[in-house]
Amino acid sequence: AGSGKMHYLPYYLPCPEIFSMKLQYTEEKLIQLFPQFFYQQPRVLEPKRQDVLTVTPWLAPIVWEGTFDPEMLDSVYRPLNLTIGVTAFAVGKYTRFVRGFLESAEKHFMRGYQVNYYIFTDSPESIPQVRLQPGRRLATVPMQKYPRWQEISLRRMEAINRHVAAVSHREVQYLFCLDIDMVFHNAWGPETLGDMVAAIHPDFFNVSREKFPYERRSSSAAFIPEGEGDFYYGGAVFGGLVKKVYEFTRTCHMTILADKANGIMAAWQEESHLNRHFLSHKPTKLLSPEYIWEDRIPKPPEIRLIRLSTLKKNYKEVRD
Amino acid sequence: RWDVLVLTPWLAPIVWEGTFSRDILNAQYVQKNLVTGVVTFAVEKYWFFIHGFMRSANKYFLAGHQVNFYLFTDSPEKISHLQMAPENNLFVIPVQNHSRWQDISTSRMDVISTYIHSQFQYEVDYLYSIDIDVQLLAHIGVEIIDALVGTITAHPENKAYETRPESRAAVPEGEGDFYYTASFYGGSVSEVYKLTRACSKGIMEDRERGIEARWHDESHLNKYLLYHKPTRLLSPEYYWDTEL
Repeated sequence: AGSGKMHYLPYYLPCPEIFSMKLQYTEEKLIQLFPQFFYQQPRVLEPKRQDVLTVTPWLAPIVWEGTFDPEMLDSVYRPLNLTIGVTAFAVGKYTRFVRGFLESAEKHFMRGYQVNYYIFTDSPESIPQVRLQPGRRLATVPMQKYPRWQEISLRRMEAINRHVAAVSHREVQYLFCLDIDMVFHNAWGPETLGDMVAAIHPDFFNVSREKFPYERRSSSAAFIPEGEGDFYYGGAVFGGLVKKVYEFTRTCHMTILADKANGIMAAWQEESHLNRHFLSHKPTKLLSPEYIWEDRIPKPPEIRLIRLSTLKKNYKEVRD
Repeated sequence: RWDVLVLTPWLAPIVWEGTFSRDILNAQYVQKNLVTGVVTFAVEKYWFFIHGFMRSANKYFLAGHQVNFYLFTDSPEKISHLQMAPENNLFVIPVQNHSRWQDISTSRMDVISTYIHSQFQYEVDYLYSIDIDVQLLAHIGVEIIDALVGTITAHPENKAYETRPESRAAVPEGEGDFYYTASFYGGSVSEVYKLTRACSKGIMEDRERGIEARWHDESHLNKYLLYHKPTRLLSPEYYWDTEL
């Protein structure tokens, strides 16, 4: 966590080009029709999950196993011919995670859909050649390696934002931003698609808001006072319509720069800024911790299915 | 709410008391500067319900937000002065009456789609069709605002889908999610336009073949919402039994 005197790179003025870009997004693809389909009738008096919250107070769905019908959603989304983008950062030693990430994604992530993987890396030559299903492609994006891992983490927002403006806004309708040191274990499908999607952090889904590791110093732009907060969202998974991700990453990058100007680094880097943003601009869909698990956490009964999980690792060693 | 279904299998929320915070939703609604319209019909003897409806709607429907009420009636002269909330507007639109009440009911779809096209789309962002013979008994707020919204009935003992395949409203055996009431539905102006166009087309085609759907425009509504699933559902708490 950040505290005391931090050695940070000198701040620089906000990039004017990020502010004034007017992007021509690909035409938004709206659901036209639910095709004829046989399935079990939903029953008003038979809730699917009685052990967990499945709708937020602002009426956004929280996606848990059992709450949705995967075939029904596939039947609606497949005809839209969508391309889903995925960003992941493999900088320095983190390139070792790329193979595991991609191979498992090919098995579980948006099967049957077109997917563009955008791997941000400082060493494109260390990105392994992984066999991809038809309709799926990989592109490496040059990313600078900063001496401190916190800086690399903080710069993700800016990098994603710039890349959306330069490339992905023309190529994808939806974009997910994931951590690379994770592996898919079960299906991740169109139930995750939404305007602005955030995931509930696995360490804090059963915890009251006073214990959320929000940034608590009022001098930070990511400050959230005691008594406020809906959920603690994880920085490892977020996404949505590419337009929304563009706006979101821009706002986070601005607040990160504001902190730099004030010589402060938020407690959990860009995750703190993400949480600040999602408090004021509530996500339209939440993913349960099934979608953002961590191998080191023992599985509780509420988690019926782990779809994406962070590998156990020696943080000191891999962060250099 | 642990006793009821709050999310459909296509991940649309079902709105029940206790599932939402109206404060959060109000803040979001106000930020977007939205205007909502209500369309209602008071034809023939139904003029009797106008005052009760307008009084309760002014008090309870999206209280504090601008609402445009579009009242279609064949007896505009019978409307005495109605006290409107300062933020609301009332537009009285004269219509012709028909000999059969079913015809009144079924041509509503056509009237709504026509007026959306010519007028409402320029005046409101969201539009709801509500039967005139209801009295709101409690606040109905911005929790109803979403792209395509249907209200479900919990015990549709008296109601069923149209099953005769000759009707455009026919729902095949074994299909169906919920039974939606035609007393209260709505959504964004563009979605309601598509819905009312599709239903009035189905109604017209049935008429040309001499068939009338079992529950008239409601049968067509249910067919439409089966294949164009609502993005938000209102629980039976939002449905008034007009028999009462």
